[in-house]
Amino acid sequence: MDETIIFQIRLPRVIGGAMVGAALATAGVLFQGLLRNPMADPYIIGTSAGAALGATIAMMLPINLAFLGFGLVPVAAFGCALATVILVYNLARVGGKTPIISMLLAGFVVSALLFAIMAFLMLSMSERLDLDLHSVYSFLFGHVSVTGWGQLAVIAPLVIGGIIGARFFAFHLNAFSLGEEGAAYLGIEVERDKMLILGLGSLLTAAAVSISGLVGFVGLVVPHAVRLSLGPDHRILLPASALAGGAFVVIADLLARTLLAPVEIPVGVVTAIIGAPFFIYLLRHTRREYAF
Amino acid sequence: MISLQIRQVSFSYLNGLVLHNIDLSIKAGEMVGLLGPNGSGKTTLIKLASGILKPTQGELKLDGSNLSRLSRRSVARSIAVVPQQFHIPFAFTVGEVVMLGRIPFLRAFAEENEIDKRFITNALELVGISKLRERRFDELSGGERQKVILAMALAQQPKLLLLDEPVVHLDIAHQVEILELVRRLNGEQGLTVIAAMHDLNLAALYFDRLVLLNGGRVVADGTPAQVLTEGRIREVFSASVSVGQHPTTGVPHIVVMPKRDATKKQ
Repeated sequence: MDETIIFQIRLPRVIGGAMVGAALATAGVLFQGLLRNPMADPYIIGTSAGAALGATIAMMLPINLAFLGFGLVPVAAFGCALATVILVYNLARVGGKTPIISMLLAGFVVSALLFAIMAFLMLSMSERLDLDLHSVYSFLFGHVSVTGWGQLAVIAPLVIGGIIGARFFAFHLNAFSLGEEGAAYLGIEVERDKMLILGLGSLLTAAAVSISGLVGFVGLVVPHAVRLSLGPDHRILLPASALAGGAFVVIADLLARTLLAPVEIPVGVVTAIIGAPFFIYLLRHTRREYAF
Repeated sequence: MISLQIRQVSFSYLNGLVLHNIDLSIKAGEMVGLLGPNGSGKTTLIKLASGILKPTQGELKLDGSNLSRLSRRSVARSIAVVPQQFHIPFAFTVGEVVMLGRIPFLRAFAEENEIDKRFITNALELVGISKLRERRFDELSGGERQKVILAMALAQQPKLLLLDEPVVHLDIAHQVEILELVRRLNGEQGLTVIAAMHDLNLAALYFDRLVLLNGGRVVADGTPAQVLTEGRIREVFSASVSVGQHPTTGVPHIVVMPKRDATKKQ
């Protein structure tokens, strides 16, 4: 009995948490490196909201949520996440540059719009789908909703593939530290590689959102902490952030499950309580870096 | 040693024509200064020569092969660019920044090998910043940063070095130091150099050949003495100047002539 609980319920959830954290932290490194800005977390620039809307739509489709049905969730989440990041990026781009302030504003506005659409969809469908308020909140605040191995069979290959793919771009991201022009001088095909990196970041975000909803601040806090301790070289930053992100969410999820037991706190509440003050600290201490 | 042919090149941004029918032949091992007022097209010409802008008309040939057809990576293995300044938002060390110059030679997932490390060490030594290797780039002065960027460009083993007003923000000591280094590399290693220059006197001192641009056209091309004449400077820069001779080298030395009523009281 205990063994069944450990192997069929607890272990998949722990691995799911590790996948969520690794994916979000890696996506954070990708976005921060590409946009040259330490505040570009998938939650803050709107990618998570896009993925969440896509996942919501897929979950509401009248398809059985069995294996194949679940496979549709990350696909829809990926499509919407990619569309959102491209939209936010283009809204924020001013004369060939992407200032942090306009990126944050565009991300905020687009996220707000997508959340509104999501809320509307959830409310209008709530009766037919038998959604209760708690599960809606869980999704919006982030909750590792892995209850068996089936979801992991879809998500884990995406996350692991995405992390290896991200590591492939370590040199490109180092080159992007000089800006797009500087990267081109170092032999980077800027437009092509930018789309590939945004695509990978969206894929990782979508994979995470598909099994956990909106877990905020992981992609912000983790890369920063790793950068502070190990330096900004993406060859080390990428794998180290994936590991640290995985560990962070596993621990946060453990707290979420046990702090108010038997009531479960959404894991996103725990990461936000740690992450939001950190974000404010960053905002106040990196003013210099707006000016580029 | 590498040559660059610029053949009947025109370029326009969406809002208008910037360069008209530029014809220049830069021989291997030459050191050429591009001069001209703001907006004359110097920076655009540097970007065209680097291959990141494609000409609207005409073509650029790098040692005979069409620059637009080469991949970015193969271009980056022969051409390095030093802009006015780079802002680097993350806390890279000097050694890590110079290491970026090896990116055109590295495969994904590979580590830098002994050859790469030797180029990095050599570049740091050439520029005279070996002792800064472990320092953080964002904590350096403007002049030191520009030396780091130059070292990064040298780690790229360029055959053609493009500089876009490389000393414009620096104090006089750093200006002279950087230009003398570039001059030495040009002399010792046959590095072909094209540099957009703001300061006419420094350009006259350090470059054998000057190309003067105005309104996107080449208006003069030759030795400093041929290009920097009083009449031409007055016409192109709309500034009243007197051209004398540098006391030791004899190259043209330009002195600004202020309007009488605009000078300070004695």
